[in-house]
Amino acid sequence: MFAQRLASPSIFRTLPAFLMMAIMLPLLAGCGYNTIPTAEENARAAWSEVLNQYQRRADLIPNLVETVKGYASHEKDTLDAVVEARAKATQITVTPETLKDPEALKKFQDAQAGLTSALSRLIAVSEAYPDLKANQNFLALQAQLEGTENRIAVSRRDYIQAVRDYNLTLRTFPSVLWATFWFRGNEPFANFTVAEDKMQPPKVDFGTKQGG
Amino acid sequence: MRGRCPAGQRGAPLNASLGFLFALLSLLFLPFTALAADLPALTGRVVDNAGIIDAATKAALTRKLADFETKGSDQIVVATIPSLEGEEIEPYANRLFRFWKLGQAKKNNGVLLLVAPNDRKMRIEVGYGLEGTLTDLHTKLIIENDMVPAFRAGDFSGGISKAVDDMIMVLEGNPEELEARGERNQQAPFESDDLFFTVFIGIWITIMVGSLAVSILPPIFGQKLGPGRYRWLGMTFEPSRRSSSGGWSTGTSGGGWSSGSSSGGGFSGGGGSSGGGGSSGSW
Repeated sequence: MFAQRLASPSIFRTLPAFLMMAIMLPLLAGCGYNTIPTAEENARAAWSEVLNQYQRRADLIPNLVETVKGYASHEKDTLDAVVEARAKATQITVTPETLKDPEALKKFQDAQAGLTSALSRLIAVSEAYPDLKANQNFLALQAQLEGTENRIAVSRRDYIQAVRDYNLTLRTFPSVLWATFWFRGNEPFANFTVAEDKMQPPKVDFGTKQGG
Repeated sequence: MRGRCPAGQRGAPLNASLGFLFALLSLLFLPFTALAADLPALTGRVVDNAGIIDAATKAALTRKLADFETKGSDQIVVATIPSLEGEEIEPYANRLFRFWKLGQAKKNNGVLLLVAPNDRKMRIEVGYGLEGTLTDLHTKLIIENDMVPAFRAGDFSGGISKAVDDMIMVLEGNPEELEARGERNQQAPFESDDLFFTVFIGIWITIMVGSLAVSILPPIFGQKLGPGRYRWLGMTFEPSRRSSSGGWSTGTSGGGWSSGSSSGGGFSGGGGSSGGGGSSGSW
């Protein structure tokens, strides 16, 4: 028996190590090694959804502008403002990699907020054109635009929640150990400061904007 | 579970500590219940908390929606709430949709028709999976053409059942597609890989915990028969010898598994979610 053990020393030496690994690996996962990467990926996914919905809105705008132009061509200022705001908003993109930069996020948010207000002005102006309001195409676009604005609101809420969860894992107790010892490169993500719908109450000027 | 150790037999200290544990646990879950408290419970396919749908319509709607779900697997729920209490209807509907988890988990094929009579607002919230079929425009048209005129006339039941009919019509728009979706989504209660995983873990836990329990528990709770021999739960254990001559002469009835709410036949959401599709209106 003693000779047998001498004959295959490697098995007996690696077996404990192997068993140790087998026990440690689930333990590692159980201790929250996965918490930070999971939360980070969730936040990134939530951000992709935000971008996706903003893009959807940007895609709707050319159609909307064309439709309105057909009925209300002399609302040139409002139409130009929308086109300009759209161009500005689509220029700035925040990729998941630059999410750590609050400045970049703020710029993005401001550009999108500008587009939101330009759009709501366009919708308000179009109230004055009964032919336009009766147009099926316009009705469809308006319904889609409303739906998209709501989807943006939902995706922003989800993003705010996901970022809060992620930032919490970087700062609260069990997972902060992982953050300090292992995930040193992970920084908190920037979050939306104020809900856009709170920042931009829809303003409808009765009468004052007519014929402008 | 708690029924298995009757309080009378096990003395006060155990009971007290159990009570303390229970209090601690309930304290732990308090935030969740408090969070969900302001949302109504999903009691059926028609949750008429505002009391604006008459009984006959409610029964008809429930039947219609149940039929529709068995046929096409899409889950439609009608809900009315007295008041939004200052909240906008869009976030509230989304919160409620996600709280109820309407539609199936991976298909997200649920629809929520929400009416808040005191705020004079309604919304059709569409799950991710149905956004392409029941589009924003469809829901808008259903709200403007079916519900608004009827609601203005005070006919809530009529407006809601017409809206449900039209939603079903749109979702049925392509009957073959609907049938195909229905068949595709006829899923077992759990997926096969889940089953495999559960069985695997189950066996593992049984081996680990079982052997431990067999060696530890009988000396504590059982009757001592001789050196290394214990009688517990009607079986004879000999932990030291490893080969227990377990007679399975089940003396105790052991039928204490009165596991609380069995939720048999109840109605619940399937785990679906919504990203804010659909549209709202007011009257």
